[in-house]
Amino acid sequence: MDKVYLSHNNIVSAYGFDSISAVAQITNEVSSLRRTEDTTILPQPFFSSRIQKESLEAKYSSLNPQEKHTRLEKMFVVSLSDTISSSNMKLTKRVGLIISTTKGNIDALEKNNQFSDERAYLGILGEKIQNFFGFKNEAIVLSNACVSGALAVAIAKRYINQGRFDHVFIVGGDLVTQFILSGFNAFQALSDEPCRPYCKSRSGINIGEVATSVLVTKDKTGLVNEAVVVLGEASCNDANHISGPSRTGEGLFRSVERALKKARSNPDDIDFISAHGTATMFNDEMEAIAFNRLGLQETPLNSLKGYFGHTLGASGLLETIIGMHSLNQNTLFVSKGFQELGVSQPLNIIEQNTKKEIKTFLKTASGFGGCNTAVIFQKVKL
Amino acid sequence: MDKSFQIERFCHIRDNRILLNGETIFETDQTDFSSFIKAAYKTLDVDYSKFFKMDNLSKLAFMSADILLKNETEKNVALVLSNKASSLDTDRKHQKSIADSTNFYPSPSVFVYTLPNICLGEISIKHGLYSENAFFVFDKFNPSALLDYTNSLLHIGGTEKVLCGWVDFDNGKYDAFLYVVAKKGTFAHTTKELIRLY
Repeated sequence: MDKVYLSHNNIVSAYGFDSISAVAQITNEVSSLRRTEDTTILPQPFFSSRIQKESLEAKYSSLNPQEKHTRLEKMFVVSLSDTISSSNMKLTKRVGLIISTTKGNIDALEKNNQFSDERAYLGILGEKIQNFFGFKNEAIVLSNACVSGALAVAIAKRYINQGRFDHVFIVGGDLVTQFILSGFNAFQALSDEPCRPYCKSRSGINIGEVATSVLVTKDKTGLVNEAVVVLGEASCNDANHISGPSRTGEGLFRSVERALKKARSNPDDIDFISAHGTATMFNDEMEAIAFNRLGLQETPLNSLKGYFGHTLGASGLLETIIGMHSLNQNTLFVSKGFQELGVSQPLNIIEQNTKKEIKTFLKTASGFGGCNTAVIFQKVKL
Repeated sequence: MDKSFQIERFCHIRDNRILLNGETIFETDQTDFSSFIKAAYKTLDVDYSKFFKMDNLSKLAFMSADILLKNETEKNVALVLSNKASSLDTDRKHQKSIADSTNFYPSPSVFVYTLPNICLGEISIKHGLYSENAFFVFDKFNPSALLDYTNSLLHIGGTEKVLCGWVDFDNGKYDAFLYVVAKKGTFAHTTKELIRLY
């Protein structure tokens, strides 16, 4: 079976318009979460990370768009154009496009939105992105809650292994909208301060906004320095509850176990875990239980939600890309916001940026619907 | 190598009818979805109280899956579903609850269904499936994308069977075509056959 790699990548975020900008600020332990007052989104102030509007417009306009695009489409176009152009890839029939999003252009349903309600169909979003770049294949839109970004990587690999494509571009993202914030607020899941994954004082999530993209390829030539190979991947449902995580961490436990088996790896081979860590009481506790059942409680672990907030359909991919740069820099990044362990089982939370020879990491994600995904990556240039 | 898998059985729900392998197993004059699916629930002896808390998309997916998985003993069954409207039916409901600041009533029990993959969770809970899930959105039924992904799960994903198909609910209109792919079955698992059966 062909090896499958993750190579050229981009992150459009509050930090800037490429991955390096985000990685540089994370290296400096600077969060992009800001107190935001926007009553069109939520009556009370909230913490969020949002892409700067004027800079996004400028970047987008410089790409000479031929039709009007929504804000999310602009984010996708800006991110993907950087990844495609740096990869120099010709978009032939062997190149696929996967779009990872939970809600897409959901803001089109708002009364004052300039686009019609029709624009909320995810297929239209797919078509707009496909047409902008001239992809020869129909966009495959994946909408699988908060595991979408990580699952999109697994699906790209499987399509390549199955022979459907030689290369796949994935782009992922979601907006910070009234739709999302009012929903999480109704669940009383929003924190009114910057989130604190795994911390005793954690009080919920922040929602953030990024667009992020990556080239997934079976071609080993021309890989970037931070490229990784996908060693193993799996996704398992909790079969327990649609909105609450399993108390035994069953689906996450099984996902990691199967991913390790596919990677022919042991828990000892994992140098660090890029975990989900949303900073809700139940999610973080569930992860602690699952990682202890797997014997991974000593493995250094971070959640990047303290830098970006929860970026929904992008998060799994965003955190994978930061993980690639972490391997390349041989640096374990601080799990921002953490002070004192607040889960019932031990975890080795990264509290200081640490220089260390690292080769392999595990990315996990969990979400509504009881879904969980685990993917194991190893750096190519050892 | 794609021909080594076959379709065991399939189910349609559309136009006030439920069909298993092309044979009608339930039919009613009730034209609106909620009366139709309630009548089907009673006649087909589903007996699952959580059913009534589900949104329309989940009810549609759950009912089709229940018919296909009723006597299934294999638990390593992946779920790969797709549609056009994602969860827009419930999205509109949530949007309505937040559109007016003087009449603002968002509800967690509605909001949770604003993700299309929730129906995969409902099916997993009922049938005890700790398996692979994926929910795709396409402009129309896309047999070849489903076929390749399903085959990849069966070839390399360590999956024994896949419950696969199309389940769409939009503006009161419903259309479900679900099928079980396995190592042995009655129908060829090919794009051509899927188009014919759909």
